[in-house]
Amino acid sequence: MQISTQAVQIGLEWDSRTGALSVPIYQVATFRHPGLGQSTGFDYSRSGNPTRQALEDGIARMDGAARGFAYSSGMAAITSLMLLFKSGDHLVVTEDLYGGTCRLLDKILDRYGLTFSYVDTTDLKAVEAAITPATKAVFMETLTNPLLKFADIPALSAICKAHGLLLIADNTFLTPYLLRPLDLGADIAVYSASKYLAGHNDTIAGLVTVKEPQLAEEVYYRQNGAGAVLGPQDSWLVIRGMKTLGVRLDRQQENAAKIATWLEQQPRVRKVYYPGLEGHSDKKLMERDCRGYGAMVAFEVDDHCLVEQLLLKTRLISFAESLGGVETLMTFPEGQTHADIPPEIRAKLGINNILLRLSVGIEDVDDLITDLDQAFQGDTP
Amino acid sequence: MKFSTKLIHSGQTIDPRTGALGMPIYQTSTFRQQSLDNFGKYDYARSGNPSRETLEEAVAALEGGSRGFAFASGMAAISSTLLIFSPGDHLVVCDDVYGGAYRVLTQVFARLGIASTFVDATSVEAIEAAIRPETKGIYLETPSNPLLKVTDLKAVAQIARKHGIITMVDNTFMTPYLQRPLELGCDIVLYSGTKFLNGHSDVICGFAVVNDKELGKRIRFIQNGFGAILGPQDSFLTMRGLKTLKVRMDQSQQSTIKIVQWLKQQKQVKAVHYPGLPGHPGYAIHAAQADGPGAVFSFELDNVETTRKLLEGSRLSAFAVSLGGVESIISYPAKMSHAAVPPEERLRKGIKDTLVRLSVGLEDPDDLIDDLAQAMGL
Repeated sequence: MQISTQAVQIGLEWDSRTGALSVPIYQVATFRHPGLGQSTGFDYSRSGNPTRQALEDGIARMDGAARGFAYSSGMAAITSLMLLFKSGDHLVVTEDLYGGTCRLLDKILDRYGLTFSYVDTTDLKAVEAAITPATKAVFMETLTNPLLKFADIPALSAICKAHGLLLIADNTFLTPYLLRPLDLGADIAVYSASKYLAGHNDTIAGLVTVKEPQLAEEVYYRQNGAGAVLGPQDSWLVIRGMKTLGVRLDRQQENAAKIATWLEQQPRVRKVYYPGLEGHSDKKLMERDCRGYGAMVAFEVDDHCLVEQLLLKTRLISFAESLGGVETLMTFPEGQTHADIPPEIRAKLGINNILLRLSVGIEDVDDLITDLDQAFQGDTP
Repeated sequence: MKFSTKLIHSGQTIDPRTGALGMPIYQTSTFRQQSLDNFGKYDYARSGNPSRETLEEAVAALEGGSRGFAFASGMAAISSTLLIFSPGDHLVVCDDVYGGAYRVLTQVFARLGIASTFVDATSVEAIEAAIRPETKGIYLETPSNPLLKVTDLKAVAQIARKHGIITMVDNTFMTPYLQRPLELGCDIVLYSGTKFLNGHSDVICGFAVVNDKELGKRIRFIQNGFGAILGPQDSFLTMRGLKTLKVRMDQSQQSTIKIVQWLKQQKQVKAVHYPGLPGHPGYAIHAAQADGPGAVFSFELDNVETTRKLLEGSRLSAFAVSLGGVESIISYPAKMSHAAVPPEERLRKGIKDTLVRLSVGLEDPDDLIDDLAQAMGL
């Protein structure tokens, strides 16, 4: 069954009692037991809630996983996964990582004795060289933020298998509709579902899928133990958002490709990062593994003054953090999403004061280009 | 601004106080006032709620109208709008009108002294012939439910103007993306927003949209007075659903065309009613007044046994009432949407016991075809 069909099917079979097409919102903390030592399968909503479970089962099916897990945010999902490791463990991590993950690793988890090496995960030799006897996992972003690099997941998986490491893939930018990391050898996929999966800039949520049942048990133990679970209202909104994942992403990708091509032709644009463009180093690899190139576009302008002009003069496009929603958003990674990355690393990566990132929505692409064009011209509104 | 952009940016889409993308859900009944002399824009949430208002503005903008009104259901929108008429008034109504509308017209409004004559609305002559001196309104659905019959909206609106009559169109099957009756000269557009506008089979809501300011005031008076308004949570959800209207409709319509072509080749299928088929009697009129044939159609099977097998055996298409959701919904008009219409009347209208209606969702069309094939035992 196609991913888009699976997404639409989430929750459909759930309520056989009433036949309701939409899974009910179980706004409940606890469940009555039918008898001593008996359970309906649900005891306490932190441990399991029917609405959340419909979402968890749905994402598991879409990713081809043994189990899925829903958390109160993408960061809650990643933090809960990090509880799989213990003091003294070491992880190899993608270097142009989302700033929030970077902050978690460097400023919170390092105090518990976990250590991290940042490498370019598209460079397999660099990954292998960073592995130490204490290494337990490789944590990667399938399409990196904000520079949109795409690593060879099967090759990374082979390295991980040879060294007995877990491969954890943050698949937020692509979603199962464009890429299924578990099929390519990752052990765990993690999502900020606030982005494309929920897709409407109105919910904060995180999801995790795990390939093997035994590892899934470990992840469940921590989800239930630490308790950073997603509430029923938000679970239901994520399910609702996921039903249009395919049609949204189809349009978003189409728009992103057109905008990237248009940006390339602008005299004041120095560089465009979009993996669908001819000449992008990872285009071939994405063609092999993905259904598309996603809908994020980053670009460098010729002068920092223009950054502010574009952010403030665009009318349809909002200057705001986050991404993946139906509305087009523009952000300034150096000052916003990646502000927590040390300046020298930012400079090395190319996250500078002339870089902007666009999350392309589903508006008509001509209107978006007109909006960007007038912002480039700098006419006062 | 093009339609898909309007969907994202119509109405107040940014909260002015915090910059939040999207209006907050104002789950409140009343608003504190600052001055004895000048009440604020909002005083009581039945009269006006920011969450509802942003949705009403968005729907009005999409339709090219001056005002939109959100109601607790499609039937609340229809009933509230019909309350602008007075005892002694007469309405001309398309004969295969939705069963729920038929029920309120014949059992509720008839008792209030508002009489209706049901005519075959594919004939502009039949509509004109039914007009009496006391006729005040014409009520249409095009394409109609469930036989997808087509009415020439421009021609009817012209006749209505000539007689000083209001034209109302239930545009639920089309949405403003595919058909905008106000642009064709009609006066009031009605919606079950539960269907394609919200699109997720999870909210019950309705709309009325007008362009004429005076008519807007009359409906506004009823909306506030009668109070069949849409709540803030449902307003928010509908606003959220509306954002993906175009991408949903594009996909569903494309899949519908594929499924219709497949069904036409099956020997158990005796007829397919879809205005996108060149053989459909309303094909040319529909093509002239709408931008697409939509994603709902009906078809007739060879016998009741096949009909039962299909309805009970389909796995992906939910056997349920309603339509226009992300999930495909298969329904049985004789016992569902048109159960309120007496059997002999129903048969006369061509709503046979072998008629099945399909509302195509966002599943992959190949998956849906496989499912229909297995259910029909192919």
